[in-house]
Amino acid sequence: MRLTKIVALAAFALVSAAASAQTVKIGFITSYSGLNGNLGPYMERAVRLYIKQHQKELPPGVKIELIIRDDTGPNPDKARQLAQELVVRDKVDLLAGVIFTPNAMSMAPIATEAKVPFVIMNAGTSVITTRSPYIARVSFTLWQSSYPLGQWAAKKYKTAYTLVSDFGPGHDAETAFMQAFKEGGGNIVASVRVPLQNPDWAAYLQRVKDAKPDTLFVFIPAGKTATAVMKNFSELGLGQAGIKLIGPGDITTDEELPNMGDVALGVTTMFHYSAAGDRPANKAFVAAWKKEYGANETPNFLSAASWDGTAMIFEAIRQQKGKIDPDKTMAIFKSWKFANSPRGPISIDPETRDIVQNEYLREVRKVGGQLANVELETFAAAVKDPWKEQQKKK
Amino acid sequence: MSGYSADTRIRWTEWLPWVAAGAFFFLLPEYLSLGARILIFILFALSLDLILGYAGIITLGHSAFFGLGAYTAGIVSTQLAINEPFVQLAAAAAVAALLGVATGAVILRTRALTLLMLTLAITAILLEVANKATWLTGGADGLSGVKVDPILGFFRFDLYGRTAFLYCLIALFLGWWVVRRLIYSPFGAMLTGIRENTTRMHAIGAPVYWRLVLVYTISATMAGIAGALLTQTNQFVGLNVLGLEPSGDILVMLILGGVGRLYGAFIGPVVYLIAQDYLAKQYPEYWYFGIGTLLIAVVLFAPGGILGMVDKLRDKWLSLYKQKSSARASAR
Amino acid sequence: MILYVISVGLSVTMGLMGFINLAHGVFAMAGGFILSTAMARFGVPFPLALVAAFVLVSLGSIFLEKILYSRLYARGELSQVLFCIGLILVAMAVARLIYGNLAAPVFLPDYLRGQVQVLGRDFPTYRVFLILFSGVLILSLWTGVERTRWGAMVRAAVDNRGMAQSVGINTKRLFMITFALGSGLAGLGGALGADILPVQWGYPFEHLVYFLIVVAVGGLGSLRGPFVAALLIGIADTACKYWVPALGAFLVYAATIGILLWRPQGLFGVRA
Repeated sequence: MRLTKIVALAAFALVSAAASAQTVKIGFITSYSGLNGNLGPYMERAVRLYIKQHQKELPPGVKIELIIRDDTGPNPDKARQLAQELVVRDKVDLLAGVIFTPNAMSMAPIATEAKVPFVIMNAGTSVITTRSPYIARVSFTLWQSSYPLGQWAAKKYKTAYTLVSDFGPGHDAETAFMQAFKEGGGNIVASVRVPLQNPDWAAYLQRVKDAKPDTLFVFIPAGKTATAVMKNFSELGLGQAGIKLIGPGDITTDEELPNMGDVALGVTTMFHYSAAGDRPANKAFVAAWKKEYGANETPNFLSAASWDGTAMIFEAIRQQKGKIDPDKTMAIFKSWKFANSPRGPISIDPETRDIVQNEYLREVRKVGGQLANVELETFAAAVKDPWKEQQKKK
Repeated sequence: MSGYSADTRIRWTEWLPWVAAGAFFFLLPEYLSLGARILIFILFALSLDLILGYAGIITLGHSAFFGLGAYTAGIVSTQLAINEPFVQLAAAAAVAALLGVATGAVILRTRALTLLMLTLAITAILLEVANKATWLTGGADGLSGVKVDPILGFFRFDLYGRTAFLYCLIALFLGWWVVRRLIYSPFGAMLTGIRENTTRMHAIGAPVYWRLVLVYTISATMAGIAGALLTQTNQFVGLNVLGLEPSGDILVMLILGGVGRLYGAFIGPVVYLIAQDYLAKQYPEYWYFGIGTLLIAVVLFAPGGILGMVDKLRDKWLSLYKQKSSARASAR
Repeated sequence: MILYVISVGLSVTMGLMGFINLAHGVFAMAGGFILSTAMARFGVPFPLALVAAFVLVSLGSIFLEKILYSRLYARGELSQVLFCIGLILVAMAVARLIYGNLAAPVFLPDYLRGQVQVLGRDFPTYRVFLILFSGVLILSLWTGVERTRWGAMVRAAVDNRGMAQSVGINTKRLFMITFALGSGLAGLGGALGADILPVQWGYPFEHLVYFLIVVAVGGLGSLRGPFVAALLIGIADTACKYWVPALGAFLVYAATIGILLWRPQGLFGVRA
């Protein structure tokens, strides 16, 4: 009697051990507090939504465990400590998330040393993927949007003024835009870098107004700063003075549009994702989002990247039947293609482990009483990070 | 408040933190990276305690030295390719000390809010410099590619943070030893005197200003070393080390533990960082509600910080005990 | 300019009452949120919403003063600083819980939008309105503190609380009212500025430094001080951004250091 019990228990233990061996742990680091702590939930929600919808597609018995950590904003030493703990204590199979470039940079050596594949779902400075062979990026680089925007702008305008936040991504955006614009025969009137935490834009924009460029290229971190710029732009009457506001999509993120109000109308941007995109995959994505989180909620580009990133991780789990081997996983990542992303067809560049995607030219318009980034055309298809392409040639 | 006391022998309770740290190393090997972080912040808090608790200099810009130390250690590695950990530490200490003398000599003539603002503004300027000098500091992307050789050519900084933990522990022990010697010396007594009654110290002919500059420099040096330790354990420096947040955080930690008590600098970071670590994992979006409530509670109900509360409880208990024993004696 | 309206409230609590109220931004944030809610949800017109922001924030601050602040008047600076940081953190979490992650939307009425021509140059209407508004505010406050009985009582109570009490001034109530006024002004400032400084849960922390600079440079215990300081720093900052944008935020801090070393009490400081 007792023996059978023990045997039964042992068998049970074995079964459960086998089952738990099939749990794939993902260490998910993003920002819930601090500067731009509002963005974290956009990523987490997308990941959770994908897991909920696609759980069935995993091999039988395989489960995903998501371990969420808050890196408290641009705080690389905290991010590094969290990554270290996730690897050492929680023994995660994958790392994912990360909004801020410095955080991703500080985590890169850990991914390398511990051989943990690291899926970057936002941080967009070009160099990041070169910092570890275990990094794959599903989000974007600033070169990807700003360079084509420069090409487009050079065809339409003669002179441009650039205004960017003074940090890595800002420098990337500025350089990329200027290079493309000059190559297209345009003339840069002036370039200004603004401190990241800048409360008042009036002075900068007044100067722009006095310089009378055809177009003003702006890059600032997504969020309320962008709203402040828009409002000042209209208050100072730059629009009436005939200056056109353009930039990468960060300046008109989908969730900020209602806050900006009509002042955002007519702003032209280049980006890889808009919640208003009319691809069926995107419509389904937005509908699922609204159903899950409420009708007033809209996903943004962070959500799209996190969604696709999770899809990529699922692919790796499926192919390996739930057992994550770091090198095999990276090989799968490198050849990953996804035709049905909310942002259109995307893939990973096997050489650089960076995202390849379409860039859309969009304009802020009113659709059914709501402001939206309406995609006008697919300006460039399957864009590889222009910076890395140039580095290769050198 | 503790201060100048005739009995400078080390009490048995003073060994407790080191025993605890040792136990931590063996019992919680998976938490060593958090442990190393705590040790670094204890050293940082200790340096702040020296000027705030003993000399009464109130500052919101102590991260200037912390950050400068962190960047110096990193830049020594990235620009000069010197990866020897002790050289990096020494360089960080020297540069932080220099800034300490330079700024201390200027700003220590002021007091209270003015001093607070000056420290803040200096930190803000350093932050701007670090942000602008991208070629040197990596700007907002952070300084990556910092290399640190194994300590004594043997102990490598590993993924589990064992080396980092022990390394920081030794640094902290030395820092603690220096501070303890200082505060129990006549110099320490003089600082306490300045804090309690500056006018009187002037009156008895004490060189108040120079003493303040000296202690400020020592404190800056320690903060610089703490910053360098952070760089070495992380092999990365981010712009945030120079921000307002570390200055505020460290102040909060110290006050939480108890100012001017030496061991308040030990208790505060431990409680704060563990609470933050725990709360941030449980409620990533709302963790500062908990921290905020904790702070308000400490201010209202335990003004001396946690150690102050412990003291109070002990006093109460002792007086109760004395009453009892005297009651017993009289009954006899 | 908006910094001035917010800081003038801070100058009232910090200067007149001698309380280092780092949590000042909390009240400004509350004001901004009230304005936004009143306008967006209840359709209250802009001027009325401003009044609501002032009144509600004042009332709320009386409550806080009663249960929390009043216990801390006699305490040292350190306790006050720590307490304020705690309050900021709690307020940020609460704001986030109620208002979510995005900045509160604020839409100005049409008559305050666009530009007006002054001396042949275009100026944004709203900014002109702000400047006029704060001018009126400073004048009335200044008369209030320097010329009325209430002002005299406050100044007396701060100089020597015991003495004031013994000549029959109810200092407790006086402090409460003063505090409410200071916070109300912060609320008003936050509401007025909501269009320029977006109101979001991180607000109290982000602008803390600016408020502090204005007060420290202006000097404690005076109303003229913060006014001149805000003006000076505002103009210097704007001019710097306009002419030498590469310098960024350097100038503000450098100016702060310079002024404070030159006059440690601030420009118009009464006490150290």
